Amino acid sequence: MTVLAQPMPWLRTAAFTLSLRAGVQDEPMDQSGLSSLVCEMVQRGAGHHNSRDLVAIQDNLGMDRNSGVATATVSFGGAMPRESIRDAILLYADIVRRPHLPSDQLDDALMMMLHELRAIEDEPAQRVMRRLREMHYGKRLGRGSQGTNESLSSLTMKQVQEFYQSHYNATESILTVAGDIRPDEIFAIAEEAFGDWKSGEPCPMPVPDGNPGYEHLQADSSQTHIGFSFPNIWYGHKDYFRMRAGIGILSDGMSSRLFDRVREKRGLCYTVSASCHSLRNAGGVFGYAGTTPQRAQETLDVTLGEIQNLADDLEQQELDRWKVRIESALIMEQESSASRASSLASDFIQIGRAMPTEELSAMIESLTLDDVRDYWKQHQPADYRIVTLGVEPLTVK
Amino acid sequence: MPEFKKATLKSGLRIVAETDPRSYSMSLGYFVRAGARNERDPQSGLSHFLEHMMFKGTKRRSAEDVNRELDELGGQSNAYTSEEQTVYYATVLPKFQDRIVDLLTDMMSPVLDEGEFETERQVILEEIAKYEDQPPFGGFERAMEVFFSPRGLGRRVLGTPESIEAMTAARMRDYFLQRYRPENIVVAASGNVDFDSLVSEIEQRTGDWASRLPVSDVPDDDLNTLPEGIQLDTRLATPDASQAYAIMIGDGPSSASPDRYAARLLASVLGDEGGSRMFWDLIDTGRAEIATCWPQEFSDCGSWFTYLVCAPEDLQSNKKFIQDIVTKLLEDGVGEAELRQAINKTTAGYIMQSERPSNRLFSIGSRTLMHDEYMSLDATLDRIKAVDENAISRVAKEFLSAPAMEIIASAASDAEDTSAASN
Repeated sequence: MTVLAQPMPWLRTAAFTLSLRAGVQDEPMDQSGLSSLVCEMVQRGAGHHNSRDLVAIQDNLGMDRNSGVATATVSFGGAMPRESIRDAILLYADIVRRPHLPSDQLDDALMMMLHELRAIEDEPAQRVMRRLREMHYGKRLGRGSQGTNESLSSLTMKQVQEFYQSHYNATESILTVAGDIRPDEIFAIAEEAFGDWKSGEPCPMPVPDGNPGYEHLQADSSQTHIGFSFPNIWYGHKDYFRMRAGIGILSDGMSSRLFDRVREKRGLCYTVSASCHSLRNAGGVFGYAGTTPQRAQETLDVTLGEIQNLADDLEQQELDRWKVRIESALIMEQESSASRASSLASDFIQIGRAMPTEELSAMIESLTLDDVRDYWKQHQPADYRIVTLGVEPLTVK
Repeated sequence: MPEFKKATLKSGLRIVAETDPRSYSMSLGYFVRAGARNERDPQSGLSHFLEHMMFKGTKRRSAEDVNRELDELGGQSNAYTSEEQTVYYATVLPKFQDRIVDLLTDMMSPVLDEGEFETERQVILEEIAKYEDQPPFGGFERAMEVFFSPRGLGRRVLGTPESIEAMTAARMRDYFLQRYRPENIVVAASGNVDFDSLVSEIEQRTGDWASRLPVSDVPDDDLNTLPEGIQLDTRLATPDASQAYAIMIGDGPSSASPDRYAARLLASVLGDEGGSRMFWDLIDTGRAEIATCWPQEFSDCGSWFTYLVCAPEDLQSNKKFIQDIVTKLLEDGVGEAELRQAINKTTAGYIMQSERPSNRLFSIGSRTLMHDEYMSLDATLDRIKAVDENAISRVAKEFLSAPAMEIIASAASDAEDTSAASN
């Protein structure tokens, strides 16, 4: 296990993130949803505590907690008053290392997951983005963490135990702690909690196998919901920030091109945006727009047109604005232990180390307009995946 | 320690700040008493529409200039409209204080251009359509309409498609002159703020605001009619929905009531998303996706919401569970350990929230605008810690004994009898 600790002595709080290599990609193909189920089950009692005790302890520690699975990892974390951090880390060592996995609670946990699936069914934008992700990365890397109606009805306690046994260990695991803490104390706590946890070889990263295409989901909705994506490089790639700056110019802020040209100038929609997403061996730009049916075709055409023409008329001012935005965000991250702990963890998962704020800052500062323009000229967006939901399909060129 | 400062200008404009020189950022906000409850029928949705138009240019800046400069200052900026107020805010690095003060203050004198008005009308209609597609499909708006009547606090913040289609720029200009007067406005700041400079900059830039006067009067609403586009059915037909959505609404404490802290803790014990009574009985067991409750405070009254989301066929049995939980609390009160847990969790939440100056801004600004009062974080924490079991029982009896109004959005016709009432 790697432990990263960042003291922020001006704060009253501390926060941690604990990530293990037990994400969606490690589920057997026919056991979709298993990683989320295990994440839920480990929290239903651990060590000397039943699930009610666990929650009572967390509440009394003042923990604002979260947990969830991503493609490659499962993460647990929380922010709290500084004095609670030791007890909180020890408690989570119980949760990930000594869970009860009570079989009499399996049905309840599965019901919780079924509710989540139904909730997505009722959220058109989420439905669109979930399907888009699957088209983008393929069935293995792109599938949702919630499983399907069919897969959830087949998951068993034995599968929960097997997944737990083979994936909940120190292999490529990371614990990050930020806030009003002392690193030597954190290292001692981590040693006590995780020092003797076994470690092994990680499973290899699956290869992405998504395909371009267009799909329409029929629904009697007020708006047509449009999702689109195209493959791109991922965080950790040497050209990442040249690419990312272009997407910043396209979609970060109220003067960005999509907000200005699709919403402000034309009044086509309330929501339109695009952002970058990274796995460890694949990435993409994902976008969304919601608009009433009579204006949906124009919205799609104008939005994709802006992306296609991005490199044609880039202006220095646009890049400068994006740089100030990132710089400000980096400085303001110093105000939150939770946000710093989670950035440290995501950096480690993505690039294998913590990215110091100064290094990131210098990299952003050194970007030139030519860097951004050249990247986008040489890498014209292609192989679009498009998903719409609404009363009628659109024409996709 | 953060320090509270206040100045009132000759015009009546109030400026407040909670300054802390150790902060990495500063936040600035304009809090305006202009919300849905201030509107009459022909103005329905106007506070919110106007909020959008405030970004559309001033005498000194085009709409593009406004958005570009907000981005040049690198921070986070936005605005929102509620039943009682409209708020414009930005968080920037302290070195940009003068520029953000200039920009936000200039934005408070908009040109309200006709062409921009027409384009933005479309954006508002899209915003209304967007929420129509999202659970609970207008259920909260309907609950407010039925409970408070469709006027006053029950008026829809976004308006209706009908009211937005019929809106004119002239009506908006008048509404602006009526509501955006200095006595209706508070400027609040938090974080690493130079207060003296803030006061002198604002004073210099707002001198002519006192001369704002509306040109014409809007007639009183005819209370015997429903505003256009409004229905009051307690049952919303949502044929595509896979879940059922139930909203119960009753009375709650106002934001002036000393009982508001006890009510927040009561809601934590009953309906918090992790560790509450509803959580253990309904969520942990997989009976419902959401089962929660909360007090919604307004300046002179309040409401108590209970929200249940589950499979349509489980709606009746889950409502019974909630009813039993409430009945038990009314009979037996809250346990000491349970209350302590809620207090610990709640106070820690306040402490963590306050870490960012941007979060403190809303509390300082709204409190001053509505009650002309300042509550430090520590004073708030003391009030929460002082709540005892008796206070919880008293508040529960006051607000949870009477039957609540109920709104259901569901595809299944057998999910609910529309006339039923529950706790």
